[in-house]
Amino acid sequence: MSIWEYANPKKFIATTTPVIPWAFGGAGVCILGGLAWGFFLTPEADKFGSSVKIIFVHVPSAMMAINAWAMMLVASLVWLIRRHHVSALAAKAAAPVGLTMTLIALFTGAVWGQPMWGTWWAWDPRLTSFLILGLFYLGYIALWEAIADPDQAADLTSVLCLVGSVFAILSRYAVNFWNQGLHQGATLSMDAEENIADVYWLPLLVCIAGFILLFLALVLMRTGTEIRVRRLRALERQAQRAVA
Amino acid sequence: MKALLLRDLRLAVRAGGGFGLSLAFFLIVIVLIPFGVGPESAILARIGPGILWVAALLATLLSLDRQFALDHEDGALPLIATSPLPLEGVALAKALAHWLTTGLPLTLAAAPLGVLLNLQGPAYGWLVLTLALGTPALSVIGTFGAALTVGLRRGGLLLSLLVLPLYVPTLIFGAEAARRGAEGLAATTPLLMLSGITAGSLALLPFAAGAVLRINLR
Repeated sequence: MSIWEYANPKKFIATTTPVIPWAFGGAGVCILGGLAWGFFLTPEADKFGSSVKIIFVHVPSAMMAINAWAMMLVASLVWLIRRHHVSALAAKAAAPVGLTMTLIALFTGAVWGQPMWGTWWAWDPRLTSFLILGLFYLGYIALWEAIADPDQAADLTSVLCLVGSVFAILSRYAVNFWNQGLHQGATLSMDAEENIADVYWLPLLVCIAGFILLFLALVLMRTGTEIRVRRLRALERQAQRAVA
Repeated sequence: MKALLLRDLRLAVRAGGGFGLSLAFFLIVIVLIPFGVGPESAILARIGPGILWVAALLATLLSLDRQFALDHEDGALPLIATSPLPLEGVALAKALAHWLTTGLPLTLAAAPLGVLLNLQGPAYGWLVLTLALGTPALSVIGTFGAALTVGLRRGGLLLSLLVLPLYVPTLIFGAEAARRGAEGLAATTPLLMLSGITAGSLALLPFAAGAVLRINLR
């Protein structure tokens, strides 16, 4: 029994199909529960007022935006090294989800920034690097769409993902150097001295778990769809050959 | 490698297009800027180094897709690929040819064009220095992008979408060093970072470009 068994598309679909509804259900329960807890049962923060409650969407979506790219990086590496098609398709499936998470994070950030900083947008390092991350997602998705041959597309996008990761990290530090920011530092770390108060921390954890489950469910479902599309295309080609 | 480099240089200079075009584009962008932001010389002097950097970057982008597309169309690319020179070397030679026909002329043209944007004394030196250090990175990154999109119909637009985000760190450090130098601040850190990016790209990206060329020629 090894993890590589799931590289078999049939086995992958058979295993993941029953998981997907549970993941969706868990995501729904966690996100709705976490949001309800966050919105109705937490106090308003000192300086933030009720605007603090955007954190329950903003932080999880931002985390998933970065983690989705990390997942794509791993999946691309697996494809380049071990040539498992499911892995390439999973990377393809994750990209639009990651892009959506990036947009959600940027949007909620703007909505939060308007009352707090008095501006929708500032050229703050974190904001800027998120915008650049969004551009990387766009380029990656566009390259997938542009190439007809699926294996070639998988190869090229994987290399782009690797090179893009290096440059995305470089950009992150470059913009840090380029401009000082308005955005606060990390307050969720396990080891930091001053962290966010527990009242917010616990519902936030639930929301983060919900977003992780949601991402998992969406990626599994989209990967399954990609596999089925691929299989359908193969069947059509077979049928054409049979006619000819 | 030398033969390929010379061939590309000759093609770029004699067959028209690439060589003069990006320079002319650079000139036109710089001429257009004052129309857009107004003719006050103080503003122009302040944004000048950054504008020149962005314009040089866009001019570099313009000639990228010719690198492999022409060879791909007339069937020379598979022949080059079967030569004893590994594709990594081909990518490096192409990048070098691109830099010699685009990056270097842009660097040299930036100083006279700076007059149009009312640059002040030290700004000229810093601008030329940062462009000289940064444009090789732009060429190599662009070669990777061009190798990625070779053989695609309408690859040009996609190429800019793929390459521009990759240009961000180079642009930030290059323009930042030029700006700080022009304002008399300490510019060593961005200058070192810029050189680091150029050196790193030169060392690593030809391998990535060679790999994607191999996939595209499969």
